[in-house]
Amino acid sequence: MNNENKETSRPSPRPGFVLDVDRNTPPIVFHHGENFRLEKLPVGRSRVVYPSEPLEGLSDPEGAIKDALLNPLGDSEPLPSLLKPGMKLTIAFDDISLPLPPMRKPDIRQRIIEAVLDMAAEAGVDDVHLIAALALHRRMTEDELRHAVGDRVYDSFAPKGLLYNLDAEDPEGMIVLGETPHGEDVHFCRRAAESDLLIYVNINLVSMDGGHKSTATGLAGYTGLRHHHNVHTLRNSKSIMDKDNSALHASNWRMGDVIKDAGVKIFQIETTVNNNTFGREGPLALLQKREWEWTARDRGQFIAMQRGLDLLPVKTKRRIFGGWQSPYEMTSVQAGEVEAVHKRTIENVYAQQLVTVEGQTDILTMGLPYICPYNVNSIMNPILVMCLGLGYFFNLYKGKPLVREGGVLIMSHPTPWEFHPVHHPSYIDFFEQVLIETTDPIEIEKKYEKQFAEDEWYIHLYRNSYAYHGVHPFYMWYWGSHAMQHLGRIIIVGGDQKAVRRLGFQSASTLQDALEIATDVVGPQPTITHLKNPPIVMADVI
Amino acid sequence: MRSIYSILNDFKYKFLKLGFPWVSASAPAGVDSIIKESSLGAGYDTEWARRPAARLARAVIVETLMRPVMSFLAMPTRKGLDRLINLEGPAIFAANHQSHADTPLLITSIPEPWRHELVIGAAADYFFNTKATSAISALAIGAVPIDRTKVSRQSGDMISELIEDGWSLLIYPEGGRSPDGWGQPFRGGAAYLAIRCDVPVIPIHISGTGKILRKGRNLPRRSKSTVTFGYPMKPETDESARSFSTRIENEVRSLADETASSWWDARQRSYRNSSPSLTGPEIGAWRRSWSLSDNDGKTRKRRRRWPVL
Repeated sequence: MNNENKETSRPSPRPGFVLDVDRNTPPIVFHHGENFRLEKLPVGRSRVVYPSEPLEGLSDPEGAIKDALLNPLGDSEPLPSLLKPGMKLTIAFDDISLPLPPMRKPDIRQRIIEAVLDMAAEAGVDDVHLIAALALHRRMTEDELRHAVGDRVYDSFAPKGLLYNLDAEDPEGMIVLGETPHGEDVHFCRRAAESDLLIYVNINLVSMDGGHKSTATGLAGYTGLRHHHNVHTLRNSKSIMDKDNSALHASNWRMGDVIKDAGVKIFQIETTVNNNTFGREGPLALLQKREWEWTARDRGQFIAMQRGLDLLPVKTKRRIFGGWQSPYEMTSVQAGEVEAVHKRTIENVYAQQLVTVEGQTDILTMGLPYICPYNVNSIMNPILVMCLGLGYFFNLYKGKPLVREGGVLIMSHPTPWEFHPVHHPSYIDFFEQVLIETTDPIEIEKKYEKQFAEDEWYIHLYRNSYAYHGVHPFYMWYWGSHAMQHLGRIIIVGGDQKAVRRLGFQSASTLQDALEIATDVVGPQPTITHLKNPPIVMADVI
Repeated sequence: MRSIYSILNDFKYKFLKLGFPWVSASAPAGVDSIIKESSLGAGYDTEWARRPAARLARAVIVETLMRPVMSFLAMPTRKGLDRLINLEGPAIFAANHQSHADTPLLITSIPEPWRHELVIGAAADYFFNTKATSAISALAIGAVPIDRTKVSRQSGDMISELIEDGWSLLIYPEGGRSPDGWGQPFRGGAAYLAIRCDVPVIPIHISGTGKILRKGRNLPRRSKSTVTFGYPMKPETDESARSFSTRIENEVRSLADETASSWWDARQRSYRNSSPSLTGPEIGAWRRSWSLSDNDGKTRKRRRRWPVL
C-alpha cells in the first residue's frame, strides 16, 4: 500500500511520554471549556501523560486512497470489480461527530467519496445513494454536509434527494435484519440492506470508532441500539476504547455477523488522522507544545489569549472556538473486509495515541476542552461535560483505568447550566426531570428510558428539526456509568455549582481545593496523574 | 458610436500625414538600409518584467485594480481549488479561451504561490506588435510572446527556461479567443511543454466570460462567471504530446460539463466518452450560434404583460 509519509524538514515526531513533576516543572495547561487554566501540580507525587507529537501525514492522500481501493485487505475484491452497471450502491459516511474539532477542507470523507464515485462512474453505476450514518444523532445541516462531502458531491446528489441524513425513526426506511444469538435485534437502514454493495467511509479518530460498529450502530435506530447502549454493556466495556475488552464492541460484532449473514455486502474504508489538532503553527499551536518548550512568543500569546477570553462574552468565545478547524492530516487509509481493515486501523490509531503508563493513580485530573462529539456548532451542556469526562476521557485506557478503583477524578470545565434548545431538547427535560430524582444509571434506565425514547414530540424533532433523539441523553449518562461505578468521588473545578451538584458531583473553585477535598476519599499525600488531552492520548496502563 | 480603435486609427493617420521630421524618413531607393532585428513580436524581451520592481508593480496592479474590477464585472465563482492542495512547484495552467476577461479573471483566481510567479503565453502578433502594448502586456499580466503564426523553437525554448527557473505558465491551448462562443480544438503546446519540462498541467474551464467581453466587443458587460480547476495531470510514460493534449482537452470538456450539470453526471459522461463537445456541432454558423444559446440553459425572463391580481 502506498502509505508513504511526507518527507519534511521537520524533526521526527516525538512519542508521548509520562513526565514526573518536580520542582522545575512549570504549571501545566488545563483545557477549561472555552478557556484554559495553568495549574501547578504537587511535586514528587504527580505525573503528566503527554500525547505524542503529530505523525507525518501521507504525502499523497489521493494516491493512497486509490491504492487502498485497488488493493483491499481481507477477502475483499478490489473495489472496481465490485462495481457493475445496473447495481444498487449505497455509500454511508460518519456524521458531524467526527473528527473533533471538524477538520479543514478537504475533509477526508470528500476525498474518499470522490475516489469511490469516480470508480463507480467508470463502471457505469447509476443508482447511488449517500447516507450520513448518524443513528440517533441530530441531522446534519446543508453546510455541514457540504463540508463533509464537498460541494461537488453535494451538488451532484443532494438536489435529487440522493444524499441525505439517516432517519432511524422512519418505519418504511428501517428493517430488522435478524437477531443475534444473544437475542439482540439487528435494526438496519433498508436502503443499505437492499443495496448490492454498501461502502462505509470512516474517520477513525479514536480506537472506539469503526469496525462493525460503523454499520451496526451508525445505520441503526433505537430498536437495535438499546441492546448495547445500556448500563450493563457499558459497565462491562473496560474500556470502550479497547475493542477486545469492550462488551459494546462484542455486541456490535455479533450484529455485524447477522448483517453479513443477511447478505449485506460491505466494503469498509477506514482512515486515521494524526494529532495535529491545533496546528504546527498558528494561534493555537502552543496547545500541542510542551510547556517548557514555549518560546517568549508562545508565552505572550497564551497570556493575551487567556486575558482576552476572560473579557469576552461566552457566546463570542463559543463562536471563536466553534470556528476552529483542525489541520488534521491522514496517516493511513485501508479498505476491504471489515475486520481485516479495522485491525490495521487500530494499529495506526495506537501508533499515534498510545502511551505506556506504569501503574494506577489515586487521583486522575483532566482539563475538558470546549468540544465533544455531540456539541459541534452547539453548546456543551452539563450532561455532555459528564459524558466527555467520564465517558470518553476516562475510557482512554487499555489494560486498566489510569485511576485506581475508589479513586478520585478531578475535571476542569465551566459546566454552564445552558442547553441548545434546538439540538438538545430532551437533554433539558432529562436534566430538569430525571436528574433531580436520581443520578443512578440503572434506576434512570429502568424508570425513564422508554418514556423518552418513544416520546412522539422528541421523535418529531429528531426527524424534522435538528434535535438529538429523545433517548440520547440517557446514552450519555450510560456512557459514564463505568467511571461512576469505578470512582470514589468526582469533582469538577470551576464549574457552575448548581449544575455540578445536579450531576451528583462535587464542585471546587480551584484545583488545590479539589485536591484537598479528594484527600477525604484517598487519604493524605495521594498520587496524581494528569491526562493531558487533547491532542488525544490514550494510556496503556501496565 | 465610434469605437476607441477607430478614433486611435484616425489619430494615427493624421499624425503620419505630418511627415518627416514628425515621423521617420523612409530610406531612399538604391540605398541599403540597416536591417534591425525586430525587437517586437516573438523577439520582444520580457526579462525586465520579471525583475523585483516590475513584479511588485504587477502584484499591486493585480490586487488593487484587477481583483476589484473582476469581482465587479465577472462576479466569479471559483470551484475545484481543493484539487490543487497537493500541487508543488511550477505548473502549466491550461484553460479554454473566450474573451480578454479570461486572463485577469485567471490571474485573480489562480491561488498562491503560483499567482505571483506566473507568466502568460500571449499571442506575439497581437499583444507584442507595438512597444506600448508589449510593455503593458509584459508588466500588467506578465505576458511572454508566443508565436502562433509559424512553427518556431524560440517561444518553446524561452518558456522552458522560465519553467525551469520556477515560473508557472498560463496558456490557452486553443490559440486564441473563440470567434463565435464555441471552443476551438486544443493545440499541443501545453502538452509539449509539460512533457519537455516534466511539470503537471492543471486543466481549467472558464464559463461566462464570453458575455463579458467577447471577441469583437470593446466595452465590457457585467455577467456571472465560473472558473473550475481540475486535478493536476501528468503525462504518462512515453506519452506523445498529441495524446496528452487530447487528454487535457477531454478533461476541460469534463470540467465544462461539471459546471453546466453536476460533478457526478460529468464523471459518468466522461467515462462513457459522451461529455458535451467544447467545439460545438459541425453545422452552419447561425445554427452553431443557435445551439450555443440552447447550451446556455437559461431563458430570458419574460416580462409580465398583466398585473397580478
